[in-house]
Amino acid sequence: MSAPVITKVDDIAAITSLRRKDLLGIADMAADEITLVLDTAEAMKEIGSRPIKKVPALRGKTVVNLFFEPSTRTRTSFEIAEKRLSADTLNIAIASSSVVKGETLADTALNIEAMQPDMIVLRHSSSGACHLLSRICRSAIINAGDGMHEHPTQALLDAFTIREHKKQLQGLKVAIIGDLLHSRVLRSNIQLLTKMGADVWVCGPPTLIPTGITRSGVRATTRVDEAVADADVIMLLRIQLERMEGAFFPSLREYFNVFGMTPARLRLAKPDVMIMHPGPMNRGVEISSEVADGPYSVILEQVANGVAVRMAVLYLLAGGAEHEAAA
Amino acid sequence: MPVVMDADRIARTLTRIAHEIVERNKGVDDLALVGVRTRGVHLARRLARTLKEITGDEVPTGALDITLYRDDLMRHAVGPQPLVRRTEIPFSIDDRKILLVDDVLYTGRTTRAALDALIDFGRPRGIQLIVLVDRGHRELPIKADYVGKNLPTAPDESVQVCLQESDNRDEVVLQGGAA
Repeated sequence: MSAPVITKVDDIAAITSLRRKDLLGIADMAADEITLVLDTAEAMKEIGSRPIKKVPALRGKTVVNLFFEPSTRTRTSFEIAEKRLSADTLNIAIASSSVVKGETLADTALNIEAMQPDMIVLRHSSSGACHLLSRICRSAIINAGDGMHEHPTQALLDAFTIREHKKQLQGLKVAIIGDLLHSRVLRSNIQLLTKMGADVWVCGPPTLIPTGITRSGVRATTRVDEAVADADVIMLLRIQLERMEGAFFPSLREYFNVFGMTPARLRLAKPDVMIMHPGPMNRGVEISSEVADGPYSVILEQVANGVAVRMAVLYLLAGGAEHEAAA
Repeated sequence: MPVVMDADRIARTLTRIAHEIVERNKGVDDLALVGVRTRGVHLARRLARTLKEITGDEVPTGALDITLYRDDLMRHAVGPQPLVRRTEIPFSIDDRKILLVDDVLYTGRTTRAALDALIDFGRPRGIQLIVLVDRGHRELPIKADYVGKNLPTAPDESVQVCLQESDNRDEVVLQGGAA
């Protein structure tokens, strides 16, 4: 791990700005920066409950949402967050862009950059796409998911939701079950949760467990009962059929029988367990409908909190990086 | 560093302002207090307690964070963002008379931001401004309705309000200046 784990993680943030121009991943964030985003998101959440859900903080800033992959939740969430902060927003979707005419990602980005946006929110199917943009663009780059690499705002909203219920992240047993191999949500969550001192277990079919995953400070198992036992949080990951090339398990039905989250399996967890899912859900594959719609599910809270967390990220990055100001 | 108000003086001043509020509004019906974070909130809570002692009635009290309404927020292209804290106004401000409370009135820019923020919560019948210290040097056409102390200052001086709730003591100190 690159960042030191600080012990009093839930104190009021000691810093008031992020040490970066872009949000590319959780891997290079320190625990105090994560805490700052979560604390700021708490203040942002209240704005969503006002009669006029808008503050003038990002007035005059232009944010481009550049989405090279289908997305409903994340794109909508970013757009609402931008509008609540009074930014001017522009959505560019793959189907209507010059990319279909053969333009490269770098050229697309430089052309958008020439129109002087302040921030670019990027979703791309290639891991590291946002790092490329970060090197060539003056605008702040926010990673809204890059290939199988990271999805930092999802991990931040997951942490925010857990913290709302459990007060802190430290010492919680978090079981993450599902398609581990293809999941950028997993990679960001492992980074975040281990930095904040949670006890992270990952579980899935052996074919979907990335090699060397235990080197990132988590425990891996193929036995779902072991992962779920006394868990404070159970996070289910979608079986990403669109990214699978080859047969990773015999059938979806067999996957559900062995790994699917059912009320019976849930009873092994702590009585106040939280059920989370980054969406979109495959009901009857990684999660049963009883669990998804049941009393332990916080899945729709995650979606609601996504707006507040993205407002916090947009606000904090809009001021630029502190180290650049000092340099 | 000269202490311009001590704990007794602050307490007496807040009691006087509370009486002025009751006199001017002929009671506390339809009044609500909104403090500007951080110290305005402490002062608003104290005024609410005093108003309860005088009239027997509870005055709803809220907290306003004006950070996202600041006019200097995005002026510097690169720089740390001010910390945003939670706004808590657990009542409708529509048709109420709002008593906006801050510790120091200086340029008036914080008050301008607070007025804009309040208006986004609804349409109050009126807004009255309460400050513990008015130090002058206004840059906007803003005037307080209730002033604890008028304190002539130089622009390079700073007025520090310390309150038990956040600073473990009650006093107002005048700092700096060409000494």
